[in-house]
Amino acid sequence: MKYLFLIACLLSSSAFAQNVLIKNATVHTAGTRGTLKNTDVLVQGGIIRAIGPNLSAPGVSSVDAKGKPLTPGLFAGLGDIGLEEVSAEKSTVDASFSLGEGVTGQMRPEFDVVPAFNPNSMLIPITRLEGFTFTAISANAGSSLLGGQGAIMRLNGKYEDPMGSRILFASMGSGADELSGSSRAAQYMLLDQAIREARGLSPYDYRQALLTPAGREAMNKFLLGGRTVFHVERASDIRQVLSFAKKNGMRPVIVGGSEAWQVAAQLKADNVVVFVDALQNLPSSFDQIGARSDNAALLQKAGVRVGLYRADDASQNARKVRQVAGNAVSNGLPWEAGLAAITSVPADAFGVADKVGRIEVGLIADLVLWNGDPLEVNTFAQQVWMSGQAMPMKSRQTQLRDRYMNEENGLPRAYQK
Amino acid sequence: MRKSCLIAALAMLSFSVAAVGKSKNPEPPATLANDPYPSTYQRIGSAPVLIRNATVLTGTGERLDNSDVLMREGTIVAVGKNLDASGNTSIVDGTGKWVTPGIIDDHSHLGVYPSPGVSAHEDGNELTNPTTANVWAEHSIWPQDQGFATALAGGVTSLLILPGSGNLIGGRGVVVKNVYGSSYQNMKFPGAPHSLKMACGENPKRVYGSKGSSPSTRMGNVAGYRSAFIEAKGYMKSWDKYNTGGKEKGDEPTQDLRLETLAAVMSGEIKVQIHCYRADEMMLMMDLAKEFNFKIASFHHAVEAYKIAQPLADAGICASMWADWWGFKMEALDGIQENISMVDRKKNSCAIVHSDSAEGVQRLNQEAAKVIARSNALGMNDSPENAMRWLSINPAKAMGIDKVTGSLEAGKMADVVLWNGTPFSVYAKAEKVYIDGALLFDINNKNIQPTSDFMVGQGVNP
Repeated sequence: MKYLFLIACLLSSSAFAQNVLIKNATVHTAGTRGTLKNTDVLVQGGIIRAIGPNLSAPGVSSVDAKGKPLTPGLFAGLGDIGLEEVSAEKSTVDASFSLGEGVTGQMRPEFDVVPAFNPNSMLIPITRLEGFTFTAISANAGSSLLGGQGAIMRLNGKYEDPMGSRILFASMGSGADELSGSSRAAQYMLLDQAIREARGLSPYDYRQALLTPAGREAMNKFLLGGRTVFHVERASDIRQVLSFAKKNGMRPVIVGGSEAWQVAAQLKADNVVVFVDALQNLPSSFDQIGARSDNAALLQKAGVRVGLYRADDASQNARKVRQVAGNAVSNGLPWEAGLAAITSVPADAFGVADKVGRIEVGLIADLVLWNGDPLEVNTFAQQVWMSGQAMPMKSRQTQLRDRYMNEENGLPRAYQK
Repeated sequence: MRKSCLIAALAMLSFSVAAVGKSKNPEPPATLANDPYPSTYQRIGSAPVLIRNATVLTGTGERLDNSDVLMREGTIVAVGKNLDASGNTSIVDGTGKWVTPGIIDDHSHLGVYPSPGVSAHEDGNELTNPTTANVWAEHSIWPQDQGFATALAGGVTSLLILPGSGNLIGGRGVVVKNVYGSSYQNMKFPGAPHSLKMACGENPKRVYGSKGSSPSTRMGNVAGYRSAFIEAKGYMKSWDKYNTGGKEKGDEPTQDLRLETLAAVMSGEIKVQIHCYRADEMMLMMDLAKEFNFKIASFHHAVEAYKIAQPLADAGICASMWADWWGFKMEALDGIQENISMVDRKKNSCAIVHSDSAEGVQRLNQEAAKVIARSNALGMNDSPENAMRWLSINPAKAMGIDKVTGSLEAGKMADVVLWNGTPFSVYAKAEKVYIDGALLFDINNKNIQPTSDFMVGQGVNP
């Protein structure tokens, strides 16, 4: 079976798209053009068509940004938006696959969370309202080191295919000890065995086989260029993952990376992107003794490309990624790198930079206008556009708020719309 | 120095006497005055400090521009303009900087769920019985939690360390000063009342329901609280009888750790902190408090407090809330980002920003900043001076320490933070943190940055 290429449906989304001319913004392109003051952005057919001063487009409605910051739509991190509503309610959670009691070692890399994605999730407007327009939906470790496959989804609330190709998710280190017979060393042993099976180096149905036939096919894609996210924190584990990936021709993305600053040189040499949580500065586990607030800054300084994400409560409160970025900057990461870490870096890392992550001509017009510094906690998104269409700046939360802002007038609040 | 120590000691004494004096009858044993595990906290000596020409948020809702704060012998001597300092006073230039009271977190599990989160240190929930009023969180505190150091860097000077929410009645919480010591007693806030931790809703019924025991429903929860308090009333009665009956030898009731805590709640000596998310359950707990004649200090998490902001204000009950955490379970589903400001805008309300998190406690100023942004977007215009109350005097009130700390007022403990600018920004840094007048964190001096014993010797390789 050949590569399954998934094409972002530019054509179908343009059916809903609008045209808009955003005038006089401070445009943070998150790209090579950096920040452009007093600049206009023209969107037609849902695509960014022009960026520059004094643009005009007859018949296109325009918005005066009044010099306020305009950024690409932000990356909401790696989580389960669209895959879960309420974390503690199992019936609403579809982000991991469990093989059942007592099964260890086996892996189902063919498990793919994408069919479970629900664009009508209440989490989507809540997250989008805060300026986030794309996310990595993740397959979490259920009962296997390989959680399965996820993908990059846009948060436009539409029935739309993922962008880019599938991402494989792997968990390494002490967090995954229970999945590898209580030793992290066995994680390499088991992955090695799975890779041998995927390459056809093992018989098809020997007793201790880890992969199903479909699993071998799926796994093979990630030995031939597909991206694999490794959740890993400890410096020595990151080194092991890098050399393991290199040996097996895998394309790793490191997520977690509490001690990544200690192995920055190797990360740079291997040109691997690291996603860290700048709020993670405590030795929360023995794998994170070296956690520190300036992890992102140190990595960036060493020439590593840094993405930012939120490790905890990454779905319902994905909007906290903006605060993560602000804290990274507050602890030494240059501001431009802070914005890139939640826009262009994730787009590059997951192979969707031809569609989102920057304000560049030809990209999808997922844009956010802010009332101030987008990395500050005391600012908010004034307007979010997706494919040039102004998104409603409402969510279940703002509507609950509005219901209770007013005093009751005769009838219970249940009558308020 | 000695003189003002004496004044401070007297202030403490009258403070604790006042707390004890509230209970009208002879009490069961183990009152505040008779604590078998007393505070051994001693303030660290320091020369007087004068912070000059800063923007001062008093914590009581006031903002004083270009003002000074003078601390001496552990106490705030004065807040105002052009204060004089004696010879040995260390002068700090506050130009362009902001000064606030030390931040107070009224919901912390530092020490009882410390970093690293290893199984040996999971000491926050005694999940062997739904009513463990007999346990004291302070007996679980590991004083080497690195989280105390990172909280200090965030400007936190006092914390209420609570048991977790797995039980209906989880046990006693303790107020600590954020100063490292070899034992928790070195940190224990002198004269502060104990708190009782109770929990509504999903957690207790999940924990015990999954074991096949009671409670497994919300109605089971309520039956559990009521039974416990009914039992404690009987215990109080037996002590009253003994105390008023001439204390006949041999008649002394047997001390019961569980019931004496609940009795002290009903006598008003112990503050009540209730983990409760939903509006309907908070209303129910207010009726429980009426039934057993106790006062609720604060509802914690309270993600639906905005739905009952008026009844909370009318009852004088605080709400300790997050800026934006929601949705991880059903009872947290209706969380909104305006919760804190909607509670705060009622007259006589008591809105608090709390953490319940080793991450959140480091950035309570940022949590408050998020609230300000949201409320300003609606035209409610929350000012920094108003928001500061959520982080200082209001939590102090819920914890019963507002007479001695929680605001920058003469005579109060010199728990003070100097910020590099407005605290309500992601770029804000606590530059200097003073506890009882002693400089215990300085962002520019590695020697004034504590680390726990656990961090010693980590990473000594070349």
